[in-house]
Amino acid sequence: MILKSMIVPGLPQVLLSPEANPGYASLKAAYAKARAEIEEVNPDLILYYSTQWLSVLGYTFQADPKPEWTHVDHNFHYLGSMPYQFRCDSEFASSYAKEVKKLGYHTMLANYRGFPIDTGTIVAQKLLNPENKFLASMVSCNMYAEKAETISLGRAGLQALEASNKKAVVVLVSSLSSRFFIKEIDPKDDHISSAKDDEWNRKICELLGEGRLEDVSQVARDFGREANGDMGFKGMWWLNGICGETNNFQGNFLDYQAIYGTGATVITLTPKQKIVSKKPIEKKQNIVQSESAPEPVGAYPHARREGDFLFLSGVGPRAKGKKEIPGVNVQKDGSIIHDIPLQTRSVIENVKTILESSGSSLDHIVDIQVFLTDMKSQFSAFNKVYEEYFKDIQATRTTVEVGSLPTPIAVEFKVIAKIP
Amino acid sequence: MKGKIVAGVLAPHPPHLVYGENPPQNEPKSECGWENLRWAYERCRKNIKKLKPDVLLVHSPHWMTVVGHHVLGVEKFKGLSVDPIFPHLFRYAYDLTVDVNLSLKIAEEITKEGLLSKVMKNPDFRIDYGTIISLHLINPDWDIPIVSISSNNSPYYFSNEVGQEQMMKLGQATKRAIEASGKRAVLLASNSLSHRHFTWEADIPEDMSKEHIYNHGQYLWDMKMLDLMKAGKAKELLAVMPEFFDMALAEIKAGALTWMLSAMDVPDYPAIVHGYGSVIGTGNAVVEWNPEANQ
Ligand SMILES: [Fe+2]
Repeated sequence: MILKSMIVPGLPQVLLSPEANPGYASLKAAYAKARAEIEEVNPDLILYYSTQWLSVLGYTFQADPKPEWTHVDHNFHYLGSMPYQFRCDSEFASSYAKEVKKLGYHTMLANYRGFPIDTGTIVAQKLLNPENKFLASMVSCNMYAEKAETISLGRAGLQALEASNKKAVVVLVSSLSSRFFIKEIDPKDDHISSAKDDEWNRKICELLGEGRLEDVSQVARDFGREANGDMGFKGMWWLNGICGETNNFQGNFLDYQAIYGTGATVITLTPKQKIVSKKPIEKKQNIVQSESAPEPVGAYPHARREGDFLFLSGVGPRAKGKKEIPGVNVQKDGSIIHDIPLQTRSVIENVKTILESSGSSLDHIVDIQVFLTDMKSQFSAFNKVYEEYFKDIQATRTTVEVGSLPTPIAVEFKVIAKIP
Repeated sequence: MKGKIVAGVLAPHPPHLVYGENPPQNEPKSECGWENLRWAYERCRKNIKKLKPDVLLVHSPHWMTVVGHHVLGVEKFKGLSVDPIFPHLFRYAYDLTVDVNLSLKIAEEITKEGLLSKVMKNPDFRIDYGTIISLHLINPDWDIPIVSISSNNSPYYFSNEVGQEQMMKLGQATKRAIEASGKRAVLLASNSLSHRHFTWEADIPEDMSKEHIYNHGQYLWDMKMLDLMKAGKAKELLAVMPEFFDMALAEIKAGALTWMLSAMDVPDYPAIVHGYGSVIGTGNAVVEWNPEANQ
């Protein structure tokens, strides 16, 4: 069961040099308030996910019951050392790893003297749980994991908590925007390095302050791209996955400041209702379901990977989450007027989305089969838009007329691409 | 006397090689494994020993810094290096000496190039595992002082090209500092070649029946790079490097090889390829540029 969740920053300034900038000191005070909230709910454990603990082979779980070291940050070493001695729940680490393994991911229990715990986790743990009053547990952030996988990792965490009957506070250690200054700055002059990032950060803080975790998870990808979100802001997907994917929280916005140009916030979220777990999705080898392309209309994936090739299912012009189909204009009498340029464009954009969510792109298309419902009236309009996109790509193409397509559309593409 | 670079080595840092070797410093023990690469390193070690270098300089992608290029400014480091990805293979007790004077000189020259430098003075600092592994594989006796230079993340922050340019400058700064020091130096570029790796691991990590390159495309790219090295075409190598980074997810994107080749004034003589092999799918080669052997 989850008593509370929160997002906190993981850069060492807050812990090691709070006096250097009023913003750092203010973040430290916000941390203290978050700590008080934790003590009030008295959890069995605090579970951390830090964007600074990166793994490449699936997921690593801290399983040393008493990790101990003197840590120095690779970049901010001049701020000082961080000696630590933590108490970790190795039993929970095993149950969490077991749930994640069931999904088909590689897992590892790290129980080794001197295993390097990341700066972010250390900073958070030292500020939230300085006396080791509560057991801690830590899971790594997979460098390559995308949205579906990271949400599943979250869901698996909730299942592990339920299975072991433990009450937890879950902590995401992540920056908001993570555009560092790359020149030496005087800490006194610290501010968010870009006005656009600042604007985005404030928007996220506002949403989280209103308890809208699911909404933030939905915009995480845009935020990651537009505001250089910390690790693409994927930590939000984990937090959302473990917290039941709702907006049903009492948000408590505690602070927002800059650390070396990046965005740092402390916000706590208290569930208004008991969080209900969702079933984590198993890892499917080779199958691509894009989050941003329109849902398939049958039991097939968007694409399938075989070797270095990507085979896409037929792609039409439908737009994700909308009933009206772009370029399919239904008249009062029920007849349909097809806007072929618009449909073609929409098809190509959908193809692009699917390719990009599978690590490929339009440039890597090898072969296209085009289906039109009326060659005579549609070909030249279609061909013009096609040329705009594919003139330089020079994929092989075959265009045929078909009697009809499923759903009232006039254009469909079948694509084979390479994965670079 | 004017100092000089007596050799440069592409010295990748898979922890598996140390694990396969079973040196006394490493806690985990293996039966064997990755022999072609380990034997390549053994051959290279002999050559380096003969050169009697005064100092070994390493550029490793696992000491990543945001602000500038950092160097070690403390003379002695002793500690335990644990690979965060493969902690079951690599937990290594190190004890090393830093050539602080040369570090400081490099920092000074870096600034002259218009780049930022910083001297790392925290005695509790843990040396990154890439540096430790490359150094062990070249000199397991640890009887030569070292210099370690951090990887600035500019290629990731800006672009391959911007990163490359910075590394060319860093190389020149390093060269001038070495010349001024009067020392005989060996440079180690701590990077693999192609870097796509499996997302699983064999139950017995040293089970060599499971080890192979990730795919043929990666292999072809690695061979292309190695052919250029063997042919003495470092200039062409640098020209295709940005493309190689993207095609092979290459770890040398971080710039160690560019740094080394630049410091050696882009050698036009053939490099000695001591060996090539895969580690958990990634391509790795031990390659030596030795100006004296080519005079
Ligand atoms: Fe590496």
